[in-house]
Order: sequence, then structure tokens, then C-alpha cells
Amino acid sequence: MSATIAPEVRAADHKRADAASARRGTRGPRRRNSPLRPRKSVAFTLLMGIFVLYSLVPLAWLVINATKTQSGLFSSFGLWFDDDFVLFQNIWETLTYRDGIFLRWFGNTLLYVVVGAGGATLLATLAGYGLAKFRFRGRRAIFAVVLGAIAVPGTALAVPTFLMFSQLGLTNTPWAIIIPSLISPFGLYLIWVYAVDSVPTEILEAARMDGAGEFRTFFTISGRLLAPGIVTVLLFTVVATWNNYFLPLIMLSDPTWYPLTVGLNQWNAQATGVAAQPIYNLVITGSLLTILPIVIAFLGLQRFWQSGLSAGSVKQ
Amino acid sequence: MTTTSPPAPAAVVTAPPSRRARVRGRSEWKGLAFVAPFLVVFLLVFIAPVAYSVYLSLFREQLIGGNAFVGAENYLELFADPQFWEGFGRVTLFLLIQVPIMLGLALVAALAIDSARLHASGFFRIVIFLPYAVPAVVAVLMWGFIYGDNFGLAANINDWLGSEVITPFARNWILVSIGNIVTWEFVGYNMLIFYSALRVIPTDLYEAAELDGAGPMRVITGIKLPALRGAIVIATIFSIIGSFQLFNEPNILRTLAPNIITTYFTPNMYAYNLSFAGQQYNASATVAIVMGVITAVIAYVVQLRGSRKEER
Repeated sequence: MSATIAPEVRAADHKRADAASARRGTRGPRRRNSPLRPRKSVAFTLLMGIFVLYSLVPLAWLVINATKTQSGLFSSFGLWFDDDFVLFQNIWETLTYRDGIFLRWFGNTLLYVVVGAGGATLLATLAGYGLAKFRFRGRRAIFAVVLGAIAVPGTALAVPTFLMFSQLGLTNTPWAIIIPSLISPFGLYLIWVYAVDSVPTEILEAARMDGAGEFRTFFTISGRLLAPGIVTVLLFTVVATWNNYFLPLIMLSDPTWYPLTVGLNQWNAQATGVAAQPIYNLVITGSLLTILPIVIAFLGLQRFWQSGLSAGSVKQ
Repeated sequence: MTTTSPPAPAAVVTAPPSRRARVRGRSEWKGLAFVAPFLVVFLLVFIAPVAYSVYLSLFREQLIGGNAFVGAENYLELFADPQFWEGFGRVTLFLLIQVPIMLGLALVAALAIDSARLHASGFFRIVIFLPYAVPAVVAVLMWGFIYGDNFGLAANINDWLGSEVITPFARNWILVSIGNIVTWEFVGYNMLIFYSALRVIPTDLYEAAELDGAGPMRVITGIKLPALRGAIVIATIFSIIGSFQLFNEPNILRTLAPNIITTYFTPNMYAYNLSFAGQQYNASATVAIVMGVITAVIAYVVQLRGSRKEER
């Protein structure tokens, strides 16, 4: 679907750009600031601070309340600390509750992320590159079907996938989570648009002349050129698998294979019902521990994924 | 698509016919080899489930005769099912109100960050984007607690005011509460899509605008918004898909508001509960197919309208 938009946008951009450069006579490099050179405005910055508050207040609430005891949660103001600071006890309790099931869930999540997101990125990279750099019969049809798949709601597929997997005897195993995670149509699209521009066909030609095999060329030359695109796709697939909830919820009934998301929700559900056993402090601390790795990964790698994303959006 | 694909390799063009055929054959085989692993898994987890749901939606478990072909009967029954339409109406309402608000906020944030009038714009960009990295489950638990009567901020404010002013779990407010969570999760993601599109606008355009004496608002309406059209179409399509498949947020909030959020609150929750609480797999597959078709049609129409405007 996006492919049909892409060329028109580009053509329009180029036309405008050409008209502008014709008028100016030169084409200057892209400057970081708007050429209108507005002054930085403190008032405007403060106004935009509302956005920052909106984004951060719930996270601040989470951090603050992870330091409270269960009774402290009820007796103290939500956005300030209680007299008792029990963050480390909470973390210890979260990690050791029910023989350390939280660590088990953490390990499961890591497994699903490493194999699922890693595999999805590899498959999307190979396929996106293949579609961008080779011409073969059925190429356009493949591309159309895969782009159409972006529009198919993932959850609409989940129930039929569950029924199919249960017939194959795959439910309640890690495969039930990993195999569906291996497909990222959006990742393929991103690599495709990225590969068209960032891997010059002349380099591939030269490598072919030198007698290098296509796969060797891919792993030694093209892979490196594609790196920012690959990191972007990897980060988005990591987020998708780390945050996956619906699929494991329906595929798994055995808590030993749960990822963190399903486990946390089960802990939360424990607070209601007949034999209610609320552990709000552990749910809150567990939530904090769940988001820490992914937030750190995003902040640490932002240089990479931001360049990859803007390169991908050239076509959008 | 073809306009952006690379030109045919020079060797292929200049080679004599027999060699060309051989090279083309080899290239074809190699291209397919790159795509094949993806295609195999794609068939297994995309095409096969879609085909299987179509099959399921045309059959039914009957007391007499077992699994039997019933034609369009499942569909007709679904179209006459008020619970389905209630959920469908709800997500449509959600779509019409939440999506414009979220995309509007994302647009404002992207234009503000791109305007170079902000101090520390990199900080704004990353902080507004940050909630996207938070798992939906954690986002809903967090907001659910904040909304809650027990120890949430809503309770704190109500205590302070001395009356029940803020009631996020009341029947009239629940959809707003869910909309707020979804907006919080995705406003930064959409902001980043818009921002990336703004970054690739050629500088010459701004310089030309400056020469012509255009003010900041004129630059936004004359240059930035037209350049964002493609990104807006894509963000709108993704948001439509997201709204129609609304599941995680209401399903997790159900623990906190079981009387307000029904098992058929959204079509996806209906499909899920038909399957896993009622074992009505055929009805569930029918819901999935109907929602898939509706989503695809609307996404297609949005895309068509979006590109038609571009041609003007």
C-alpha cells in the first residue's frame, strides 16, 4: 500500500526541489536548523513541556511507587515517596516470589526476543534485499502480498493461528511464540526502501565480476551498507516481541513458558476473585523491571535507529 | 514500485541472448533464494491462518452431522448479532475521536521539534517517544493504578476535593480512559514518523520561502504540511488498524472494571472470548474475517484519497 504512495511523493518532492534550486541556482546542503533561523523561545519550550510531563508522569509514578510497601501504596500520595523506602526489598521480593518465577519469565522473554526478533530481522533483511536488488518472476506479486499483510490486524490472525498450532501440537511450547514473531512485513518494507538507495548496484556488479558469490557479497559488503536499516528493524522487532501480549496469552496455558507481560498481568489478576491475594507492590516493581531493559536499549541505540528511520521515511 | 527499482545490471543488457537467458536464470534463482526463507514462514503464519479462518467461517459444528458446510450462515448470524455491532460501534467511535486527537498532538509535537524554536529539542524528541517502548501491559497496569480508587492519583484528587469528581472507570468515562492510554502509548511513535518526514524536506524550499518573505505559519501550510501528506496517510492507516483491533487495553483493564468492560467490548475481545470462553471457533473466525475485510477496505480508501490529493 505504501509503495503506491512512495513514488508520487518523491516525484513531487523532486519537482519542488528542482524548481527551488533553479531559482537559487545552487543546491546547498541540508542545514540543521530551519533556514528561517527563528530564535529559540523559552515560552514555547515551556509550553511544549506539557508534552514531556504527559509522557513522564506515569513513568515517574511507577518509579516512585516501586519504593513503597503495599500498605504504603494506600496511605501515601501517589506522586511522592512514603516514609519507608523499600525499593530494594521490593526488587528482592519480586525476583524471589514463588521460587523466582519472575526470573524464569524474564528468561523466556529474552529467548523470544533473541530468537524471534533476531530471526525476524534476518528474514526481513534477506528478503527486502532480495526484492530490491534482484529481478525475478513473481517479485511484484510477493511485494504486493507482503504490503497487504501490513494492513491485516495481527490479532485477527491470532485465533486461527492458535487453532492451527494446536492441531500441530505446537501450543504451550516456545515455538508457538517464536514462529509467528519471525515475520515482520513492515521490517521487510523498511529494508527494501533502504536497500534500493544504500547498496549501489555497481558495487554488486563489481563483486560479481570478481567472482564473489551473492551470499558472500551480501554478508561482507551489503550487510554493512544496510546496517542502520537493520538496527532500526531490529529495534522495532525487539519492541514488538518484548511487548507481545496477545499471542502468548492465547498460546500458553503453562505459566513456566510465560513472558513477562502475561506473567505480570496474571499477578495483577491475583488481586481479585475468590481467593484474592493482592501483590500490588510486586506488580509495580515487576513492571518497572520489565521496562528498564527496553528503555535502556532505546536510549543507548537512538543514534542508529533514528538515522535508519529517517532514511526509510524518504520514501514515505 | 518499478520506478524506484534499480536498473538492470549492465552485463545482462550487453550480453548475447543465450548468455542473457542464463544470467537471468541464475539471478532469478539467487533472488528467490534470498526471499525464500521469509516466504516459507510467511505462508505458515499469514497465508495459512487466513485460509483456515475462511474455511472455519464457512463451516459449523452441528449436533447432528458434526462439522458441516453452512455457506454464509455464520456471516448472516454475525450481521444480526447486536453484541458484535455494539463492539463495532464502540471502536468506530473510538477511531473517530481518539485518532484525530492523537495524530493532531503528534503533528504539533513534530512541527514544534522541527521548528528550531525549542531549547533541547533532542530531549523532547526522545522523551515524547519513550512511552512507545513501554509494553502495553505495563502501560495499562500503570494507568489503571493511576485511575484506580484505591491508591491512584484519581483517588488522591477525589480525597482532596472531597467528592467523586474523577471516575475513570465509570461507564461514561471508560472509553475516554482507554483513549488516553492509547494516545499516551502512540503519540510519540506518530510524532517520530512525522518528524522523519519533515527532516528530509530539501532546504532549498525554506530558502525560497524566505526570499519570498513567507512567515513561519505560511511555511507550515505551504511547505511542511504538503510534504507530510504521505506520512499522515501512513500514520492514519496504522491508527485505523490499531483502533479496529483494540484488545490489550480494554482486556487488561477488565480486571479493574469487570462490570463496565463486557466480553464483547470490542470486536477483537468478542472474537477472543468466543474462542476461549465459548469454544465457538467458527463464529470467532467469522468475526476475524469480517473485521479484516472492513479494515483492509477502509485502509485502501484512505490511501486512495490520500494519493488523489497529492496529484492535485
